[in-house]
Amino acid sequence: MIEPKDNPARKSGSTSNERDLEEVRLRQQAIGVKLRHMFDEVVNEPVPDEFLEILRRADQGASAKEGQ
Amino acid sequence: MTTTTPAARPSSSDDNAFKAELVTLIPHLRAFARTLTGDPTAADDLAQEAMMKAWDARASYQMGTNMKAWTFMILRNQFYSEKRRSWRQTQLDQEAAERTLIAVDDPEAPVALDELRQALKSLPEEQREALILVGAGGFAYEEAAEICQCAVGTVKSRVSRARKALQATLERGGYARDGQSAGDAMRSILADADRLSGAGRK
Repeated sequence: MIEPKDNPARKSGSTSNERDLEEVRLRQQAIGVKLRHMFDEVVNEPVPDEFLEILRRADQGASAKEGQ
Repeated sequence: MTTTTPAARPSSSDDNAFKAELVTLIPHLRAFARTLTGDPTAADDLAQEAMMKAWDARASYQMGTNMKAWTFMILRNQFYSEKRRSWRQTQLDQEAAERTLIAVDDPEAPVALDELRQALKSLPEEQREALILVGAGGFAYEEAAEICQCAVGTVKSRVSRARKALQATLERGGYARDGQSAGDAMRSILADADRLSGAGRK
């Protein structure tokens, strides 16, 4: 009496467990995609001129020193 | 590119190679800075300081090693030393946070991005930065450990805890949002991720 009851119960328990794991995996994947998207959006912004200007000035300073 | 030059003094061609590589990293430094400060203006200040620190320290950098990880470490150190000095008092104001990391040109994105950003904010700092480095910045655990100057195992456990906490927060809707029920945050993220990865694959 117990055995036939026990088996299907265990079986369906493990499948729903697998489903849960799959669901968690999918959700984590979705969060990962969003996270990268959020980060990449800033990466893809045009770099403000200021950055290159500062670097150019520093570089000129360096080569001026070297030339002396 | 560099031909044999005397190793004693950094040559101009080394400087040029260094500079060229540093320039390609600016967008990444800006993105990382924004996740740390949560404010676009403060983030650009931080990224500029980090860029200059890297430039000034170029003699100590070995070409061919991981410059991205190296500059991220400089930026992170800069952030924490400044934060200790002055930023501790500065409350991250809500308005600045709203402007941060929003996809303005994508009408569908803001809702899910906002949810995610709020959930990220609720994470402990060290978990957030570990998750950003590995989950968004594309760093290996080993590289993230180098950047954060901690053990690889520590990074792994931080990332894992961050992922679990993030999912739990998004599903429970642990932050108040008018009209949005708990499952909605996760649902919109699932839908959005589907759309994004579909578009990305093509």
